[in-house]
Amino acid sequence: MTGFVIDVHDLRKSFGPHVVVDHLNLQMAAGEICGFLGANGSGKTTTIRMLCGLLVPDGGNGTCLGFDLLHEPQRIRREIGYMTQRFSFYDDLTVKETLDFVAAVYQLENRDQAVADIMTQMELHGFTDRLAGQLSGGWKQRLALAACVLHQPKLLLLDEPTAGVDAAARREFWDLIHDLASEGLTVLVSTHYMDEAERCKRIVYLSNGHIITQGAPDDVRRSAHLIVFEGRGTGLDAAAHRLRHSAGVEAAAVFGGTLRAAGTDRAALQQAIASFDQAETLSWYEVEPRLEDVFIHLLTTAKAET
Amino acid sequence: MNSFSIQRFLAVLRKEWIQVRRDPLTLRFIIVLPLMQLFLFGYAINSDPKHLPTGVLSADHSNYARRIIAALRNSGYYDVREMSSEAEADRALADGDVLFVLNIPPNFARSVDRGESPNLLMDADATDPIAIGNATAALAGLTSVLDRDLPPSLRPNSPNPAFRFEIHARYNPEQLTILNTVPGLICIVLMFSTLFLTTLSITRERERGTMENLLAMPLRPIEVMLAKIVPYIVIGYIQILLIIATSVLVFHLPIRGSVPLLMFALFLFIASNLVLGLTISILSTNQMQALQFAQFTLLPSILISGFMFPFKGMPIWAQWAGEIFPVTHMLRIARGVLLKGNGIPDILPELWPIALFTLVIAVIALWFYRETLD
Repeated sequence: MTGFVIDVHDLRKSFGPHVVVDHLNLQMAAGEICGFLGANGSGKTTTIRMLCGLLVPDGGNGTCLGFDLLHEPQRIRREIGYMTQRFSFYDDLTVKETLDFVAAVYQLENRDQAVADIMTQMELHGFTDRLAGQLSGGWKQRLALAACVLHQPKLLLLDEPTAGVDAAARREFWDLIHDLASEGLTVLVSTHYMDEAERCKRIVYLSNGHIITQGAPDDVRRSAHLIVFEGRGTGLDAAAHRLRHSAGVEAAAVFGGTLRAAGTDRAALQQAIASFDQAETLSWYEVEPRLEDVFIHLLTTAKAET
Repeated sequence: MNSFSIQRFLAVLRKEWIQVRRDPLTLRFIIVLPLMQLFLFGYAINSDPKHLPTGVLSADHSNYARRIIAALRNSGYYDVREMSSEAEADRALADGDVLFVLNIPPNFARSVDRGESPNLLMDADATDPIAIGNATAALAGLTSVLDRDLPPSLRPNSPNPAFRFEIHARYNPEQLTILNTVPGLICIVLMFSTLFLTTLSITRERERGTMENLLAMPLRPIEVMLAKIVPYIVIGYIQILLIIATSVLVFHLPIRGSVPLLMFALFLFIASNLVLGLTISILSTNQMQALQFAQFTLLPSILISGFMFPFKGMPIWAQWAGEIFPVTHMLRIARGVLLKGNGIPDILPELWPIALFTLVIAVIALWFYRETLD
């Protein structure tokens, strides 16, 4: 035992000639909520599937909940809850039937009680006899989460659990995740939403199967050494278009009434912006980089490297 | 943890049963399909097979007898071989080795010479009336083959033919095609519900992404597979009873053999289909592929098994190909038990090829099965 819930080294996986996960090292402490970020195809889902024994790594080793990743996948499966990216329970089963099924598969004691408890916790009582296929996106995810935690796992692996779910439902879903973590559950959750990333204790950013950066959201934001200027005025869209092609500007995008331009080279960025000052249509001021700015930055640099 | 768990198996079984019940398409499959086929295939098929195996029991070795045998051969419908005893002939007829047995009585030649127009008894296996229809019709034209050899007194203006064929239709004396179709239909419908539906039920899990969840749960593959299979076995037996009941009530199907024996043989047949279905679903990545795979095995099962066209009417290579399929053997068992009253010794030669097929396919299935998403 290393004391880590997840402790893997040099994890590798390729499909054909395509390397999806490349020498990945990941450690997670108990009770942590860890956000797993990265572009589509960066290896998040593959990593999660390897952690829960659904895929066999090509190389590397490690433990999950103290069980060997390569040799004890059956024991790992019993102790984790895995929520797939797509809703992967049965559309033609009701909420109650789904939970009964899961409870029976995990051979829980006091199955009826366990199902009743989880329905209370997830506030699913209004939908007991509703077919899962007829639930809205948010409630479907809630049912999936209930099914994943029914057997009281020690580790929860959530693969983009809130994709396609409205903002209010996402917020409620994350409240539930925090409730679970406060009870000692360790959670690894992949997401594309920045507001969700902000709610993680730690984020891990993946690109092309490597971890590019990791740490608390604030640390990640600062460590990128990104400079962001915000401009207000008229002709924002045209300005953004011109800035995107200027030296020193990595990204320029319009958000409502403001234009955000980001780069790592302060001098070059300021010079690019200065060309607009002469037109006196825009007023510029420096702002704190947001997590989203950092991820766009990480994404573009990663792309430039490949 | 690693051994089979009844509780987990029952959990999946209950889930499968709910899903089967909720799927209106499956229910239609179960009730409508067999009945539709029963009425459709009952009268739809026709054919003209030749070179049908025929046994001859000859107690008379005259020129006349030899000439008649030669004439049978020359008609193209009969492949004649000598039988040594009545017991051998009966056995061959019951096992389907021959479709006809010609009995040439002692003193046949003398009877002809006296102008008595003696009868030649032709026993025919009428379980498949189509198979023997044209061959028996051709017999009428053969009664004049002796005319040139007859003594002059009988030759010119005899009102009676030199001899007559008397055809004795065994097993299905009314020669109803439907009686032949029903046992076949049992096999084909069973194949639909076991092979098709199990194949789809597994690939459906994969296609809808629910397989990932099943794999992530502490379920053993054998638990999932068995639970997926059992509902369709139940459905299969319901269909069999439905077909047999309808056939007995509407078409007056006689049941000459033991129904429990038939049910046992059907169990082996179901097993062969399920194993094949599993293998197909393991090898294919989506429902469309699985459907094509299943189609690929279903078509020959209908066309060259002897269900739709008489088996003995096919070229030898097609017969060999047909022998591979369990449905070919099951068809013979079903016809044998229902129409001929076959017992265990009669159907044994048809049982082991089904078992062998099942075994070979099971090995292939195990070879390709993956417990992960790889």
